[in-house]
Amino acid sequence: MDIATEAKPEIIELKGRKVVAGRAEGEALVTTETISGWGGINERTGTVIERRHEMRGVSFAGKILVFPGAKGSSGWSAYFHMTRLNGVQPAAMIFTRMTTKIALGAVVTRVPAITELDQDPLSVIETGDWIVVDADAGTVTVTKKSLK
Amino acid sequence: MNLTDHEKAMYDGEHGRAKARAMDLLVRYGEALGAERLVETNNVAGAFNASTPSVQAIAEKGMEHVYSELNLDSDEVVEVPHMVAHTCQLITGIDNDNWELQGVDKALVDMQRANEKYLGRRGVNMFATCTPYQVGNVPVKGEHCAWMESSAVIYCNSVLGARTNVEGKESTGAAALTGRIPYWGFHITENRRGTHLVELDIEVDDMMDWGLLGYYIGEVIGEEIPVLKGIGRQPDLIKLKHFGAAAASSGGVEMYHIPGVTPEADSIEEAFGGRKLKGTFRYGARERRETYEKLQSSTEKKVDFIMLGCPHNSIDQMALIAHMLENRKIHSDVQLWVHTPRAIKQVAERNGYIDVIREAGGVVMSDTCPAISRRLPAGTKVIATDSAKQAHYLPAITGVQGWFGSVSDCVDAALTGQWNGRV
Repeated sequence: MDIATEAKPEIIELKGRKVVAGRAEGEALVTTETISGWGGINERTGTVIERRHEMRGVSFAGKILVFPGAKGSSGWSAYFHMTRLNGVQPAAMIFTRMTTKIALGAVVTRVPAITELDQDPLSVIETGDWIVVDADAGTVTVTKKSLK
Repeated sequence: MNLTDHEKAMYDGEHGRAKARAMDLLVRYGEALGAERLVETNNVAGAFNASTPSVQAIAEKGMEHVYSELNLDSDEVVEVPHMVAHTCQLITGIDNDNWELQGVDKALVDMQRANEKYLGRRGVNMFATCTPYQVGNVPVKGEHCAWMESSAVIYCNSVLGARTNVEGKESTGAAALTGRIPYWGFHITENRRGTHLVELDIEVDDMMDWGLLGYYIGEVIGEEIPVLKGIGRQPDLIKLKHFGAAAASSGGVEMYHIPGVTPEADSIEEAFGGRKLKGTFRYGARERRETYEKLQSSTEKKVDFIMLGCPHNSIDQMALIAHMLENRKIHSDVQLWVHTPRAIKQVAERNGYIDVIREAGGVVMSDTCPAISRRLPAGTKVIATDSAKQAHYLPAITGVQGWFGSVSDCVDAALTGQWNGRV
């Protein structure tokens, strides 16, 4: 292994497009699977409930949720809306696939959200990394957990 | 986002606080999408109902609180004026007549009724069905709509050639008051062309076949736009209603083309409209059987609940079920619920179909379905349904085991208490 690959950058910065304005920081929760709103989450606990989902039983409350985006019912926004009213919404959303469900859902969850990043967030970011999302600046700053 | 003078005036509050809050939501949503402008719509199908315990605390403060928070995402509580666009209520959580059988608390029923009274006179038409296109809301080709309900959206785009994205509770609430929705996605002609070809090696004919084909396509295609080749027999509303609901459940299909049948393509070439083909799938006997197996989530042959009518039944489906149940009784261990829009239930009542189903021991439900209400007869462990969508969702949502099959297999299970369905 040469020095170049060994000396990983401590901090990685990704550039993207603002979906919902604001700045948030927190621990990343990463899934490569899309998430259902209606029928896929418990809006009182912020927990994924979908059978066969890799995040089943895990709560995204207060986390920087990094995922491909939304799937399933048109009740997506209404269910994420309820997580905000119940205080169990994620701290921010970073996603890769734009749909009306995720756009409206991010808006009504009222958390900073960002997409169209210049690197794939699903491979750069791991669960547990420390993330700063500055949606207005269009940046995601990743501090790898191993170096924290 | 570029707003017209009228849109700016609404945004600035010149047409009242409700429209100002609605415009605020539409602008935030449009910018999130990356839309450049809004488009006029005069056809909104949304979820305005208050029928769940989580809404109760808000509804106690007044129905304007429910609309402001849940249909406009507004912290400011606004008086709700009359809807500007033609607007209807989709499916709800409570059957206004059969709520006791559903096991619903009376307080929730009263809340739903109070909310309907509040919104009804403001122009939200209480269709209370997932199939507004069956009861009077039939948009014409090219009409810009703002609809929720995945099975209705795919029907609207594909079969009717009208244009809608999958909207949500808040965007439909704002669209109804402003007559506007972001111009994005399926509102734009180029985004409606086919992406994948699905070639059929077998005849697809009855309703179960169409459900299987839809479920298969959703699984392999996800959110893309399939073009079907090899449909030999003309489908009808019942089959395409089931097909679309299945494709929107296993995947996120919102639009498809069947050249010669659906209105935006007379030929395969026109369906793709110059768009690059992303892939081809073949559907034959093996795919059909595998899809059928995937939809079965039960090993127990003894069934206790039969669910028919998802998406809500047409009058012809009601007639068929009544015919199958004529002078017969369902098994004493089985409950049978048949779902149809309230407007169609009136016709079925007049035709005598409701009496036949009732005398056989079944119940005709309207306004709701078990997946939306999350309510099944007490003690239900094993269900059977003729709907790929319910077979997909009910086991996941309620933890029951499920059988999927034809309507005659389901009626047979209702009469015998045993599942004997076959592919």
